[in-house]
Amino acid sequence: MIEARGLSKRFLDKKRGEIRAVDNVSFTCQPGKIYGLLGANGAGKTTTLRMLATILEPTDGTAVVCGHDIVEQPEKVRANVGFLSTATALYRRLTAQEFVEYFGRLNGLDEATLKKRVDAIFIRLDMNGFRDRRCDKLSTGMQQKTSIARTLVHDPPVMIFDEPTGGLDVMTARTITAFIRECRNSGKTVIFSSHIMSEVEKLCDTIGIIQSGKLLVEGTLAQLRDKYAEHDLEEIFVKVVTPHFAAEEAN
Amino acid sequence: MSLRNVGIVYRKELTEAVRDRRTLISTILVPLLLFPVLSVGFGSLAVALVGKAKEETPKVMLRGGEDSPAVVEGLKKLDKIEIVPETPGWKDQIINKEIRAAVEIPAGFQADVAQQKSDTVKIFNYQGEMKSEFATDKIESYMKEYRDKVVKERLAAKNLAETVLKPFEVNRENVAPPEKVSGAAFGGIIGYMVILLCMTGAMYPAMDLTAGEKERGTMETILSSPISRMHLVLGKFFLILTAALGTAALSVLSMGVSFSVLGHYTSQSAGGRAAAAEFLLKLGPKTVISVFLMALPVAVLFSATLMTIALFAKTYKEAQSYLTPMTFLVIFPAIAAMLPGVELTPKLSLIPILNVSLLCKELVAGTYHWNYIAVIFASTCVYAAAALFIAIKMFQRESVLFRS
Repeated sequence: MIEARGLSKRFLDKKRGEIRAVDNVSFTCQPGKIYGLLGANGAGKTTTLRMLATILEPTDGTAVVCGHDIVEQPEKVRANVGFLSTATALYRRLTAQEFVEYFGRLNGLDEATLKKRVDAIFIRLDMNGFRDRRCDKLSTGMQQKTSIARTLVHDPPVMIFDEPTGGLDVMTARTITAFIRECRNSGKTVIFSSHIMSEVEKLCDTIGIIQSGKLLVEGTLAQLRDKYAEHDLEEIFVKVVTPHFAAEEAN
Repeated sequence: MSLRNVGIVYRKELTEAVRDRRTLISTILVPLLLFPVLSVGFGSLAVALVGKAKEETPKVMLRGGEDSPAVVEGLKKLDKIEIVPETPGWKDQIINKEIRAAVEIPAGFQADVAQQKSDTVKIFNYQGEMKSEFATDKIESYMKEYRDKVVKERLAAKNLAETVLKPFEVNRENVAPPEKVSGAAFGGIIGYMVILLCMTGAMYPAMDLTAGEKERGTMETILSSPISRMHLVLGKFFLILTAALGTAALSVLSMGVSFSVLGHYTSQSAGGRAAAAEFLLKLGPKTVISVFLMALPVAVLFSATLMTIALFAKTYKEAQSYLTPMTFLVIFPAIAAMLPGVELTPKLSLIPILNVSLLCKELVAGTYHWNYIAVIFASTCVYAAAALFIAIKMFQRESVLFRS
């Protein structure tokens, strides 16, 4: 369960002054459902998800993840969250197994539990062929599996994916989307961001469209289709976002 | 739980460091090879040059002296000097090092001496040039001996005792223990080396664990794990500290070994370096341990400072350009401590780095000023703690971690 309440993030930029990267965003993600944040580049998706993962601290507002406040108890929140993005790289000089074990230990697992978990995950993701290979010697697909294994090692109830398929080839991207579905089916709360319409259309139970840091519309795909009398998500997105683009240009 | 987390981070960073060629070179290979190469290289070069200089028989040109055959005869008999007859352009010949010196005997010199008239013998040389100085010394000491002989003869002729001209003797005698005499010479170098190598040892891991982590995109990965940022920073800090101290320890070890090996082989031919080796061997465990205890807060100071600065950089290259000037900031006070005449004062004992290098000089010489030791250890600890505190604070700042 994730509950964002008036989440805001302002940055100070030397040239442009104050920037509202995320502006008073509230939404709820339920267990066993996938919430998709849809937005263009720079819309505020990454900042929102980084705040939920407590990598960044909100300027205003807060969120509650699994009963823990992200501002008050960031370490407890992180213990309940698996965070995966294209920017979360691997430690190149560790082997796949050492890498996953490192994050298991940081999550407070004792050695016996850790060994059981790692063995189970490596079998499930079919990673035993390269468990002792250094991460810099892995293919992109193997690297993605290793990243997934990292997010799973502490079996978190909440999964946060920030553009997880960005820059990946079709086959590797499918591994990720299959994994996201699996997370939902096992009852986890899933939130993920993307600017790829088809991905959001296929995966998400609830869609939130974000632009200029503001959450403009929220609903199931069916609700959005009804509201905007369009079938194609891309058309819906353009209808929602265009007036805001125009307003921004005018500024 | 908290210590466990710091330990987990430390172990992982250690695993990575051991697998990184660049870290291994800077923390292990360089300090191990630096001293053998430096001491053997420079040592044998010096031996070769000094030996060659002594082998060559310097040519000294004789001007005048036709009417003073006894003096000329004496000069010609001098060992390791070749007296050559006068040719025009002798000054240029000295400048061009064709001859090493010239000696000018005034006309009627011997006759003047016999009549007790005062004359001046001039020696022309190339000041500061080793072979020229060597020839000049030979000529000068011969002429002084000759003068002494004349004085003695005159005193004897007047039936006066030699004590008329030398009522008493003035002698100097060294009472400082031998290790203090050599300590003054080598103590400064040891402090300087320990401090400098602490710095170079910390430099590479400091960049790799901060800017390097940003560059490789693992910063976000590690920040998404439940470990607190303070534990993360401490784990990283301890690894950098290990590298700093390890480099310093290895270099002192290799310095001791290479000096003693060198001293063993060249004890006859090169007195100075043999003394250095002997001196290093005499450095007991007590001195080594006290130098290291003093180096500990300095290493903490370096590790924390370098880590903080490197954390601001986005890439390894950027970090390098920030840290390179830092080397000069450290080298300057460390060198200042090596200058003769710079000694510990209450004010200087508060200046970081300089105070420790000065103290190392004293420690190596076997002097323990407990007041200064306390002040310097305490003040360096304060600086180190402040640096570590700033490092932890910087690690909490988003503007530093996610600088764009």
